[in-house]
Amino acid sequence: MSTVAPSIFSIETKDLNLWYGSFQALKNVSVNIRHGQISALIGPSGCGKTTLLRCFNRINESYGYVTTKGEIKILGQNIYTPDTSLIELRKAVGMVFQRPNPLPISIYENVVFGLRIHSSYGTLKKSKLDDAVEKALREVSLWDGLKDRLHTRATTLQLEQQQKLCIARLLPLKPEIILMDEPCSALDTEATLGIEELMLSLAGRYTMLIVTHNMAQARRVSQECAFMLLGEVVEHARTEDLFLTPREPRTADYIEGRYG
Amino acid sequence: MLIRRRWEALTEVAIELLIRLCGISAILFVFGIFFFVFREGSGFLFHGFKFLEFFGSTEWYPTSQSHVRYGVLALIAGTASVTALAMLIAVPFGIGAAIFISEFCGSRLKETLKITIEMLAAIPSVVWGFIGLTLMNPLIMKLFGAPIGLNVLNGGLILALMSLPIIVSVGEDALKAVPDSYREAALALGVTRWQLVYRVLLPAAKNGLLAAVLLGVGRAVGETMAVLMATGHAVKIPASLLDSVRTLTATIAAELGEAPVHSEHYQVLFIIGILLFMITFVVNLTAYLFVRGIRGK
Repeated sequence: MSTVAPSIFSIETKDLNLWYGSFQALKNVSVNIRHGQISALIGPSGCGKTTLLRCFNRINESYGYVTTKGEIKILGQNIYTPDTSLIELRKAVGMVFQRPNPLPISIYENVVFGLRIHSSYGTLKKSKLDDAVEKALREVSLWDGLKDRLHTRATTLQLEQQQKLCIARLLPLKPEIILMDEPCSALDTEATLGIEELMLSLAGRYTMLIVTHNMAQARRVSQECAFMLLGEVVEHARTEDLFLTPREPRTADYIEGRYG
Repeated sequence: MLIRRRWEALTEVAIELLIRLCGISAILFVFGIFFFVFREGSGFLFHGFKFLEFFGSTEWYPTSQSHVRYGVLALIAGTASVTALAMLIAVPFGIGAAIFISEFCGSRLKETLKITIEMLAAIPSVVWGFIGLTLMNPLIMKLFGAPIGLNVLNGGLILALMSLPIIVSVGEDALKAVPDSYREAALALGVTRWQLVYRVLLPAAKNGLLAAVLLGVGRAVGETMAVLMATGHAVKIPASLLDSVRTLTATIAAELGEAPVHSEHYQVLFIIGILLFMITFVVNLTAYLFVRGIRGK
């Protein structure tokens, strides 16, 4: 992951097919995600959008019965070659989950967890860790609220704060891409707004790809949008174009709420 | 119509009462047993029983004609040494096996291992004692040049094998209870499988794992027949692993049959029973509190 991608795309897939056992969840997916933008994946339940998202850091493989064919390039590098380092891949591609899942340790330790696991023992100075925590928490605008109780358990925070913390703990690893799997589905409307504002403030520095059920959310935050149905990408366009002038009738039907 | 309904209501009440009785009976039995053991030992406990001698002396001469002495220090040392050795072996193996079963092996191997380990738990303790007597005894004599192979080492190894199943199964439950969301969070940050185990799973499951160890200790302390056969029946504080010892449980089992009912000796054996009862009660209660700790969070 050391080379800088020459392309304007952070993620490129070509003819990606994926099976869970004998069930085909992704069919010939070829989609390119622009660098530094927020892109959204929308579609009804079971259309494969989460599956596609989980291919990009190869966390799908922890299930064990997954077969993948085709090509995925992250930052210009094919991530399905045998010599791909999963550890380096996951440093460059962070992930935020549907339910906020901070680890049951302190706020501070959650933020430096990534640094700790990726540095050899004894090379981390306390000042460096302190700086990383402050920087990451400032970026997600949690610093002012939490700076006096960094050593309380992260699981005692409100859900919105937990989700922001889950974003913050990716940042010390300097990821290029942040994948978000319905990051607001467990939150109320106000918290959702908070997370969306955070996403917009991070846009530009990170490539963000967000899976969402909420079409209004896709319209609010994303610049590009891909509509998926039954494992295929039906249409991929600028968000305004997709919502205002969809080319495919299936897209139009979904957007107008005729199914899904 | 009306009568039939009343009959149904009546059976309903009767069944509920019966089930309630079954549930409460467990409490009744435990208290009943404690009461019985306490009653048998209480006469001597309150008249003539010397606490200092009991806990402070290694001299156990319950049948001496001239000078009867009831010091159980050596017996406590026997139980402690055998249990400690057993835990030294069983805890790393048991927790290791629990980690392997819960995190590293495929579903088919997992089932096989779990069934096998449960079978290990189903072996009667007298069979374990038999193994200690006929298999390990000559083996230890040959390997270590010891005059006798019935000693702390022998008993400790057997107890380790006997308490392994409970450590593995409770430990595995504790690891399984760690939410998958923690695993995903850590994996997505790029942990290796080993880092996942010691950075996330072990800290998150530590209460449950501690409970597993304590239940193993409880099992080892209370075991009787196997240690009776494998530890060699010498009332003394062991100086090495190759010394023979006798445990609290083995003493009761060996001597109760020969002690005249309600004699002093008989009552002292029951006092040892009370001591054992209290040790295992405290160990199990602590384990329970730890287990409740994980659920409460």
